[in-house]
Amino acid sequence: MRSNPSSPVLERPTSLPSTEETAPRQMVLNMGPQHPATHGVLRLVVELDGEIITSVRPEIGYLHTGIEKTCEAKFYQQVVPLTDRINYLDPLSNNLCYCLAVEKLLDLEIPERAQWIRVLLTELSRLNSHLIWLGTHAMDIGALTVFLYTFREREEILRLFEAVAGQRMMTSYFRIGGLAMEPPRGWFERVAAFIKSFPEKIDEYSNLLTGNPIFYNRLKGVGPLSAADAIALGVTGPPLRASGVDIDLRRDMPYSGYEKFKFHVPTSTDGDTWARYEVRMIELRESTKIVEQALAGMPGGPVKADAPKVVLPDREKMKTQMESLIHHFKIVTEGFNVPAGEVYQGIECGHGQVGYYVVSDGTAKPWRIHMRYPSFATLQAVETMAKGRLIADLVAVIGTIDIVLGEIDR
Amino acid sequence: MANSTPPLRGKQAVLAEMSSHPAVRALVLWKPEALTDAKFEYGELTLTVAAAEIRAACVALQAAGYNFFEDMTAVDWFPQSPRFQLSYHLLSHAFKERIRLRVLLDEGEPGTQPGVDSIVPVWAGANFFEREVFDLFGIGFHGHPDLRRIMMPDDWQGHPLRKDYPVEGYR
Repeated sequence: MRSNPSSPVLERPTSLPSTEETAPRQMVLNMGPQHPATHGVLRLVVELDGEIITSVRPEIGYLHTGIEKTCEAKFYQQVVPLTDRINYLDPLSNNLCYCLAVEKLLDLEIPERAQWIRVLLTELSRLNSHLIWLGTHAMDIGALTVFLYTFREREEILRLFEAVAGQRMMTSYFRIGGLAMEPPRGWFERVAAFIKSFPEKIDEYSNLLTGNPIFYNRLKGVGPLSAADAIALGVTGPPLRASGVDIDLRRDMPYSGYEKFKFHVPTSTDGDTWARYEVRMIELRESTKIVEQALAGMPGGPVKADAPKVVLPDREKMKTQMESLIHHFKIVTEGFNVPAGEVYQGIECGHGQVGYYVVSDGTAKPWRIHMRYPSFATLQAVETMAKGRLIADLVAVIGTIDIVLGEIDR
Repeated sequence: MANSTPPLRGKQAVLAEMSSHPAVRALVLWKPEALTDAKFEYGELTLTVAAAEIRAACVALQAAGYNFFEDMTAVDWFPQSPRFQLSYHLLSHAFKERIRLRVLLDEGEPGTQPGVDSIVPVWAGANFFEREVFDLFGIGFHGHPDLRRIMMPDDWQGHPLRKDYPVEGYR
């Protein structure tokens, strides 16, 4: 406020600078926790100099449910449904990572058919995750239409999940030792029909976005992240590959039979939001190829490991055979003991590297389970990507890291 | 997945059998006495280092090719002593391999907080992970730039992931 020259009492000595010059130009803006562009309950404390961001501080924990603590009070098999709820957009990757970790402790041999169905479903789950990212990211930018297109295909994927697991989102379909049950008759044909039509759908999204000058200008050069920064900050998945680091655990440290599949790992050296968009669009096509290979080469055989003390018997056997009934009763009421030890299993989910660290003390309940989820680490890179940029780009930066608050807070 | 390689337990066994392993070699060249224990189980190498040496060990391993900090957490072995175990998982993009660094920590006198050096100066990405362990286990990290609670509210009492904290919480 300039002092009123007609009032001598308020007149300032001219040697002192006016408040307009000394007042800090910083403004603190609180974004969230309830904000449509934060994809959940993320709160960002943003400091601004005009429209330029000078610092971003993520405040998390609004969705903290203590899943890691809950796991310690459950039997090993009871943890599977909890894992669905962490990254609820890619539930089967969570199931897979947990099951692989416990199977490593138990030294279980998983039948090939179960492994292939796991790969097939995990890739469908990745498509699901990428489709939600694409729809919501485009919506954040202002391209509302794409959301309706991607959710059309996501709906079909959820129907496929429902057909095998009985649940659309909280699948719990992968169990320790294999799968919950054999997929229903006609299911593979439905997957084949869906995957056959899917490349056209990717073209459709691409037609809406790739050549769109507004979309391009909102993404190109926004949120830059160098390879060195990405590695230092623990960034994984598509953002890491878009910064030029060629690492994908499916190819480099294969699990669940991924070494038998041929696919290309897209990378880019631009390290901006546009590069991350391009990498994920190619990943959609590559996942489609993996599903096709899985369908073409699907081996026969059982979908559960031969370990009666760990794997629940088939319903029919349980009703007719005394021994199976005893095993069923024992597993459900007492769980099964897992040898003492500690393992870490890492997999590549849609957002990046997931890791399950399971510590067993030899009893039927885990001593400690820790989940490493990609969004938790990647969130630390928001400041690097957004600092010195316009506030309007912050929404693009949050969208580009493909954030899921359920996996950040756990 | 059957584990084909037989397990190795103890520092001597690992040093004898795996001396050419890049992580083992790096630690032996750097400071053999800081390596207090080692094991190779389930195809995973675990190296236990002295609590005071964790940051220097990370620097040595980073230089040896373990360029990516993947995960870090704690395990509460209550009522055993030493009570806390910190597990760091480091990934090498070059070797396509992961190792586990382990630090054992005593609970310390009542009223004091156990603590180790923060590795945020080595990997900035360890920031949130150390804050999470600080919040949920009550372990301090010296030299951490922003050591505050991350999951629980700032005025929360207690550390929920400790074993003496009830699963339902205090009511």
